[in-house]
Amino acid sequence: MIEGLNPALILIIGALLVPLFPQPWRRVYVIALPLVSMLQLVLHPYGSFAEASIYNVPLETFRLDNLSFIFGLIFHIAAVLGVIYAIHDDDPIHPTAGLIYAGAAIGAAFAGDLITLFVYWELTAISSVFLIWARRTESAFKAGMRYLVIQIGSGVILLAGVVLHYRETGFISFNEMNLESIGGKLIFLAFGIKCAFPFLHNWLQDSYPEATASGTVLLSAFTTKLAVYALARGYAGTDMLIWIGALMTAFPIFFAVIENDLRRVLAYSLNNQLGFMVVAVGIGTPLALNGAAAHAFCHILYKALLFMSMGAVLLRTGTCKGSELGGLYKSMPFTTVCCIIGAASISAFPLFSGFVSKSMIVSAVAGEHLTFVWLMLIFASAGVFHHSGIKIPYFAFFAHDSGIRCEEAPLSMRVAMGISAALCIGIGVFPGVLYSILPYPVDYVPYTAAHVITQLQLLMYSALAFTVMMLWKIYPPELRSTNLDTDWFYRKGATAALLPVTALAGQTTDSLFTALAKLKDRTLGLFDKTVGPGAWLSRSVDSSGMVALTMGSLLVFLLLYLL
Amino acid sequence: MSQIPSQLVEQLPAIQLLLTLLAAPICSMFRNGDLSWRIATVASWASVACAFALLHQVWGGGSISYEMGGWPPPWGIEVVIDELTAIVLLLVTLFGALVMTALRESLSSIMRHQRQSLYYTTFLLCMASLIGITITGDAFNVFVFLEISSLATYTLIARGRDRRALTAAFRYLIMGTIGATFILIAIGFMYMLTGTLNMADLSERLPEHYDNKVLHASFAFFTIGIALKVAMFPLHYWLPNAYTYSPKATTAFLAATATKVSLYVMIRFIFDVYGVEFAFGQMQLGTLLVPLSIAGILVASLTAVFQDDAKRLLAWSSVAQLGYMALGIALLNANGLTSAVTHMFNHAMMKAGLFLALATMIYRTQSSSLASLSGIGRTMPWTTGAFAILGIGLIGVPFTAGFISKWYLVSGALDKDWLPVAVLLIISSLMAIAYIGKMLDVMYFKPAPSEFAEIKEGPKSMLIPCWIFALLTLYFGIDTRLTAGLAGRVASNLLGAS
Repeated sequence: MIEGLNPALILIIGALLVPLFPQPWRRVYVIALPLVSMLQLVLHPYGSFAEASIYNVPLETFRLDNLSFIFGLIFHIAAVLGVIYAIHDDDPIHPTAGLIYAGAAIGAAFAGDLITLFVYWELTAISSVFLIWARRTESAFKAGMRYLVIQIGSGVILLAGVVLHYRETGFISFNEMNLESIGGKLIFLAFGIKCAFPFLHNWLQDSYPEATASGTVLLSAFTTKLAVYALARGYAGTDMLIWIGALMTAFPIFFAVIENDLRRVLAYSLNNQLGFMVVAVGIGTPLALNGAAAHAFCHILYKALLFMSMGAVLLRTGTCKGSELGGLYKSMPFTTVCCIIGAASISAFPLFSGFVSKSMIVSAVAGEHLTFVWLMLIFASAGVFHHSGIKIPYFAFFAHDSGIRCEEAPLSMRVAMGISAALCIGIGVFPGVLYSILPYPVDYVPYTAAHVITQLQLLMYSALAFTVMMLWKIYPPELRSTNLDTDWFYRKGATAALLPVTALAGQTTDSLFTALAKLKDRTLGLFDKTVGPGAWLSRSVDSSGMVALTMGSLLVFLLLYLL
Repeated sequence: MSQIPSQLVEQLPAIQLLLTLLAAPICSMFRNGDLSWRIATVASWASVACAFALLHQVWGGGSISYEMGGWPPPWGIEVVIDELTAIVLLLVTLFGALVMTALRESLSSIMRHQRQSLYYTTFLLCMASLIGITITGDAFNVFVFLEISSLATYTLIARGRDRRALTAAFRYLIMGTIGATFILIAIGFMYMLTGTLNMADLSERLPEHYDNKVLHASFAFFTIGIALKVAMFPLHYWLPNAYTYSPKATTAFLAATATKVSLYVMIRFIFDVYGVEFAFGQMQLGTLLVPLSIAGILVASLTAVFQDDAKRLLAWSSVAQLGYMALGIALLNANGLTSAVTHMFNHAMMKAGLFLALATMIYRTQSSSLASLSGIGRTMPWTTGAFAILGIGLIGVPFTAGFISKWYLVSGALDKDWLPVAVLLIISSLMAIAYIGKMLDVMYFKPAPSEFAEIKEGPKSMLIPCWIFALLTLYFGIDTRLTAGLAGRVASNLLGAS
């Protein structure tokens, strides 16, 4: 342990050296690097280190406390799992970009001031886009570009907010802020974009499914959880977050059930899980913040596990479309078991990790007597079970046998999935270990009769609904192969309700774009006439013209001064 | 033992001027381009060392007064060096020397070997005269050196291979002469009133004539004359052509130094000779300067966006950037002046680097049209890399030098509660993104034309100076003691003196 050395720097600088290592050593190096960095973190005492100053503004580049520690730790674990998962791949882009990305996210979590936060914030955007581009397809390139524009945009808004905040308050440290000033609002918006708030969320579902199999695993871990951390640090207890979060838990469910690409389904459910954390941050009590941190911790693990299992399927079959998969449990039994463990965790089955963290959040909501929010969360929990707990494993591994016979996932993927699955169960069975590193002291017992029974009721009724659906399987197999039958009402309802809206929106945007194009043509024409090459403002004026101009100016000045 | 060095140190201001001034005729005596280049390069780097030594002496405040030929002022010619002088000196010598280093390779393709020595002579003369303008404490001397620099510059521009360089040089000649004449008239009026030419002496004697119409006329002539030299909107029309048609790396030198030194003269005269109260209070310079500089920033940025020749595009961007500096002066508060002085240095650095990187590209493509530069990011990755860093600096992205000056400028505008001005500055930055982005887009993302598909990376002697400029841009984006720190002290001195 070197006191004051930021683990983020170990990762970022170390990652830049990855391409220099020849192949067998590179594998060792990329696994050792995050482990060394994690060791540095775990052994490091709390406090503020590596203080610097820039433009006479004091910086606090490495702040370690209860809240940043747990996020730093889980980011490290995710980095280790991510590189192990992809170790079979010879492409050096993945470990390099992935470890820089992890380092940037960790650096942002340890940032004690807003300028450092901004630097790492932008670095996460720039490094992570390579994970999308690494797939090297046209659509991945375009999705990456869109992703980059939005992420950089978030950074620019953050910078504008930081500058205004600094001018208003004179403080640059990254602590609690409020929404009263413009600066505070802009920073909140920047966080909101990365956190995929409703209506700001589309980049997530757009880009994550386009990344490489291993890229998505890393992407799912850092960016959004970093935003949750930033919100918890800056805006804990902001009431607006409760409603934003509640909306986030509910609306992705409708989209998830009508989606066929299973990695996109997971991207929607990622959004839904973020909603739970945002609600908890909005409540802002110690119990809720503990819940947010714990849920982020568990969520990174089981979401990575689910993305890993889908990545393995993608690697072996070349597709992640629900309609084309099915019956894979025969070929990929290990992956199937891991996927089911991930699904059980995300659905919050007792004895799995999701249960011990989600119940904290639900209890915190109940403790504040927010009945409507509580109902929304319960609804969302049921919804999660539908699309992540049942839909993902069912369509990929069971359902109608697609006839695909492939190899089991490579060893590296199985090792990474195995570790993640073990952690998911371990946390579910021994929650005390997780609770001991939460930001606030915990006196919360997850396994009470009431908690377990409520959750089991919820899950059992969902399972019952699923069973009923199974009985209705007299429907033609094509329908089943694309969508869950029980969600027929959502699907029809959502489509019917959304159709006029989307049609209207389509028309509006169409006419808007036509108008804009017309405007563009006209202004460009105007510009060509005025400032274009050779036009009157930019053409070369001959000597007599310039002399006349000078004399005119002198005359104006003289008249002005002498009269 | 310390006898000789201390004497040497006392003579530094004279040495600073003489190094390049004497190297010029020596260069012209040789008909060997390489040898002349060596002499010129050694002289200019020695002059950089000298500038550093002088900066070291005046660092943290204080000034050096040197009597030329031992004649005490106000009768003799005085050389005055304070922090503002020192930073401008450093700008002229350092960036001049860097360009000089790159110049040999750049010239070899367009000029016969024997002619080159004369070109270096002119270059050195130009540098010497700019140094002279900067360090002199005598108003008439300013005019003399201004004429020398103008004459040298005409020659430099006219050496461009394109015929249009001749007309561009001719126009610059006419405009430069008018500008210098106006400044001479202004100085003459002041001499008529006070009977002295020493700047310090003038500033003491002028206040009693503040209500005199002659002084008002003098100020009007000076403002127009110097505005021509600075290429302030709308008297900027000579600049784009002069920059576009001047040969190769020379543009880098001109863009870095000539207008900046004129701006320095403007600051010196307005603040130290005429006095702030007279210029801004009685003469209302601010009401003219603010709208004109803002209009200049916007019009020139917009024009730059629509250019299809890389050199001309950068030249228009220079007009816009000079507007930033003029606005900084016109704001008349600590942040504004800090920004003007900082941007003088930063912009000189970035624009010289950009023009040099462009010259390296043109060295291979023989054309500066944007179309011929397409795809050059793949064939000349190092040159384009330096260009990209410098371009990003010019936009004003955080952690580059350009950000520092823009930050102070926007702060200055906000200090005055001029929110619309701040917004306009942000809009002009967006335009900078557009014109730099346009070039980077062409360089990196357009396919290379077939005739340039095989071109090689530029020669090292040009690449290394390019990268020095690029790295300095990053360095001065983080460590601002030399730029903004010094400029802050200069600003409070200038404002405090009033």
